[in-house]
Amino acid sequence: MTQKIDKIPELPKGSFERITLDAHQAERITKPSVSFWQDAWYRIRKNKGALFSIVLFGLIVIMAFLGPVISPYAPNAQTITHANLPPKIPVIEKLGILDGVGTLGGKEVDLYEMKNVEVNYWFGTDGLGRDMFSRVWKGTQVSLFIAFVAAAIDMLIGVIYGGISGYFGGRVDDFMQRVVEILTGIPNLVVVILFILIMDPGILAIIIALTITGWTGMSRVVRGQVLKYKSQEFVLAARTLGASDTRIIWKHLMPNVLGVIIINTMFTIPSAIFFEAFLSFIGLGLQAPDASLGTLINDGYALIQFAPHILAFPAILLSLIMIAFNLIGDGLRDALDPKMKD
Amino acid sequence: MGKYIGKRLIYMVITLALIATFTFFLMNVLPGSPIASADKLTPDQRAVVEARYGLDKPLPVQYFDYMFGLVQGDLGISINQFKGADVTDVILSRMGPSAQIGFQGMLIGTVLGILLGMVAALRQNTWMDYTSTFIAIVGISIPSFVFASLLQYWFGLKWELFPVALWKDGFMSSVLPSIALAMFPLATAARFIRTEMIEVLGSDYITLAKAKGASGSEIAFKHAFRNALIPLITVLGPMAVSILTGSLVVEQIFAIPGIGEQFVKSIMVSDFSIIMGTTIFFSVFLIVIILLVDILYGVIDPRIRLSGGKS
Amino acid sequence: MEKILQVKNLELSFNTQGGEVKAIRGVNFDLNKGETLAIVGESGSGKSVTTKSIMRLLPESSAEFKNGEILFGGRDLTKLSDKEMQKIRGKEISMIFQDPMTSLNPTMPIGRQLTEPLLKHQKISKNEAKKVAIDLLRMVGMPKPELRMKQYPHQFSGGQRQRIVIAISLACNPKILIADEPTTALDVTIQAQILELMKDLQKKIDTSIIFITHDLGVVANVADRVAVMYGGKIVEIGTVDEIFYNPQHPYTWGLLSSMPSLDTEDAKLYAIPGTPPDLLDPPKGDAFALRSEYALKIDMEQNPPFFKVSDTHSAATWLLHPDAPQVEPPLTVIERMKKFPGSRYYEGGAV
Repeated sequence: MTQKIDKIPELPKGSFERITLDAHQAERITKPSVSFWQDAWYRIRKNKGALFSIVLFGLIVIMAFLGPVISPYAPNAQTITHANLPPKIPVIEKLGILDGVGTLGGKEVDLYEMKNVEVNYWFGTDGLGRDMFSRVWKGTQVSLFIAFVAAAIDMLIGVIYGGISGYFGGRVDDFMQRVVEILTGIPNLVVVILFILIMDPGILAIIIALTITGWTGMSRVVRGQVLKYKSQEFVLAARTLGASDTRIIWKHLMPNVLGVIIINTMFTIPSAIFFEAFLSFIGLGLQAPDASLGTLINDGYALIQFAPHILAFPAILLSLIMIAFNLIGDGLRDALDPKMKD
Repeated sequence: MGKYIGKRLIYMVITLALIATFTFFLMNVLPGSPIASADKLTPDQRAVVEARYGLDKPLPVQYFDYMFGLVQGDLGISINQFKGADVTDVILSRMGPSAQIGFQGMLIGTVLGILLGMVAALRQNTWMDYTSTFIAIVGISIPSFVFASLLQYWFGLKWELFPVALWKDGFMSSVLPSIALAMFPLATAARFIRTEMIEVLGSDYITLAKAKGASGSEIAFKHAFRNALIPLITVLGPMAVSILTGSLVVEQIFAIPGIGEQFVKSIMVSDFSIIMGTTIFFSVFLIVIILLVDILYGVIDPRIRLSGGKS
Repeated sequence: MEKILQVKNLELSFNTQGGEVKAIRGVNFDLNKGETLAIVGESGSGKSVTTKSIMRLLPESSAEFKNGEILFGGRDLTKLSDKEMQKIRGKEISMIFQDPMTSLNPTMPIGRQLTEPLLKHQKISKNEAKKVAIDLLRMVGMPKPELRMKQYPHQFSGGQRQRIVIAISLACNPKILIADEPTTALDVTIQAQILELMKDLQKKIDTSIIFITHDLGVVANVADRVAVMYGGKIVEIGTVDEIFYNPQHPYTWGLLSSMPSLDTEDAKLYAIPGTPPDLLDPPKGDAFALRSEYALKIDMEQNPPFFKVSDTHSAATWLLHPDAPQVEPPLTVIERMKKFPGSRYYEGGAV
């Protein structure tokens, strides 16, 4: 504190010796320098929602592969006598839930007893006596597979298209963007439906339908970033120092573009999963007996009154995956956007 | 401004022409189409198809007739389901219910979403913010058909508050489907408004308003709100898309006699005339909405409306 | 001289995730009626934070008054509720900001932005407010004010926008106007116009101005008195002549020496080495010592108090302690001191 004081303070001898200081000491950087990615990782870790989602998603992926394996029943194996059994899990059933009890004719009945079933179906069975547990996880596998492949293709096409368009600019850019404008003018839904109609419904058809115009979002974002950064001064500086085009692209532009690529992909995946589920629900997706989350929800919906569990499990799983991706995507967007520093 | 609209209109026309051409191509090629499989029809049906589509004329003439007809609103006829009725008539007859739940859903979703977003932004990092954000995430993530199923199960079946799957002219039947359709717009609006409000509240002119002696609520509503609301128009497009996509399943779930339900039914029975016709209808609808939104944005934002947007 | 504002021992910190940032570490100054006090300093010295805390514009969730008082109109502004402050802001104390491009609401016609403080603080009708607003625009030199009222900020140039901001701030004839680097974002020629305008208006309305800037040229133009801030504290305060021609603090010397001028022929352009202190962990001694070639041992131990140089001039540096050695300021400063009666190097003549 500095106050006006009239009394001159008494100070020990030698206090007024002049000292020489290293001015560079004053310039030392007090915090360790952190790379862009380290900083992003640090910020993702702080976002509990995103972190939780990453873990959740990891678990789901693991189960998607383990599920059908650990279940004693194949996803498509039918045991008609065991149809429509509610879920029954050995230990948890003692709590009164998931104990194989359903309603029949308005009354609560232990359907396992009634049908003389000795084994436990953890997620119950569907209308054809198929084990829901393995079906649901298999379905998750298929849905995730479709979504990831579609997202990967979108990313590939989008990055290349957007990158070229943005980097070269001028007439090339103009033309490429005209094409994109027209393509984006066509509603996604319309494109998807039209393509499904052409091809035989199936995994390939869905993937193609999803990617045929899906890449435009990524290309637009990538182009935006490339345009923004290529005219920034640090690129000019690099070029003045003699950097080649390749070096500029890889070491200077890419790290900045990578961020939006990752974020955009994070949001493309749930969009693909949604579309697949949606198509299956209206009958344009995978066909029986193949299982995907969408077909399972479709099957389950038909039996919602009597055996709600058939709808419940795939619906819950689908919702969890979507929520997880949205949270991760949000978290990544916050983490990779350096403007939003605390 | 006029030049901009003109340019957009041209793109719109090109896009629609492309879609129409593509559907024409499909109609002639797909095995399920009445034109392509004309030989599988009964003589009566065949006669109707030939009369309507002029199948004996050369292909380019057919194409021209087709495009010309489209411009006039002629979407062909449906054989499987409607014995030669005009597709256009079918679609128009079903527009009512779809329009009602679509509009209601959009309205409820947007209004509630804005409220939710405002609360979250003004009470940042409190429980109100977290709750609102949570609702928004859920709304964006969970597909509308899951919502619809849940709503139907709990509110319709179990608690018997609303009709399960019935369309009586009136309000009650439209409640559950409207809510199901409203979730995505609600979530989108909430997140968007929250982000925009927070950004606006951090701007210099808000600090200046505070320095003039404005109170908290004056700042929020007189100054910030409008600036946050204007960009919301840009998401009206995607919201409309979600309402459309959603309506396909929601109408099915709640047995609503709308365009979506008809569309899905037609897919099941491979009535390609209706499928194509509806597809074109959807395309026109969405493209027009997106164009309108763009124009609207230019009108409402004074920075664009006056002096051409240059500052 | 009547004191219109008194800031005593002000200490303010920000509670951040990284810790407590001591942004203001003991600031004392008065503002006299009708004068223009300039606050000079680098970015991060605390000048903006100080004025924002007078207006209580800092986010209350993270900014905390640790000590001190701000006396205005017989009240301590640090203790008032936000509602009470609302009555003061825009009416008794006004503020204008640095960037005219972002200071105005882009979707509100400027007429409304002008009438807003009038309607809020005074009991007048909308039509009267409009008339007053038009007069204000005329007063700040805006041609065709009636037409401009309906226009939006983006339809004005930067200089015009700043005039509008000034008009808004003076709408209710405030006793104090705080100008936070109002000309920094403007072209030099526009800068001169705005400064002339402000001096003119000050005479007309008889308001006292606190002028924040890092540009000493501007200070020379407008200020009556100058306060030099560093590391969250005022290190020297005096009349404009005293500061420019008889500075006592090494930081002030550094600032004056860094200004290129036509008098400095061979002298190397002086740049103060180092960077401002980290206010998360401020040094316990003299904050500037680390960067100064005049550092004393005591500078590392204790913060210097203010030493009086004259009735109007004080500086917080151990160099003014009677036991301190005589040091030679930089050449450019000596040249200046040669013109100041009463300084060590005075050679006769006047400033």
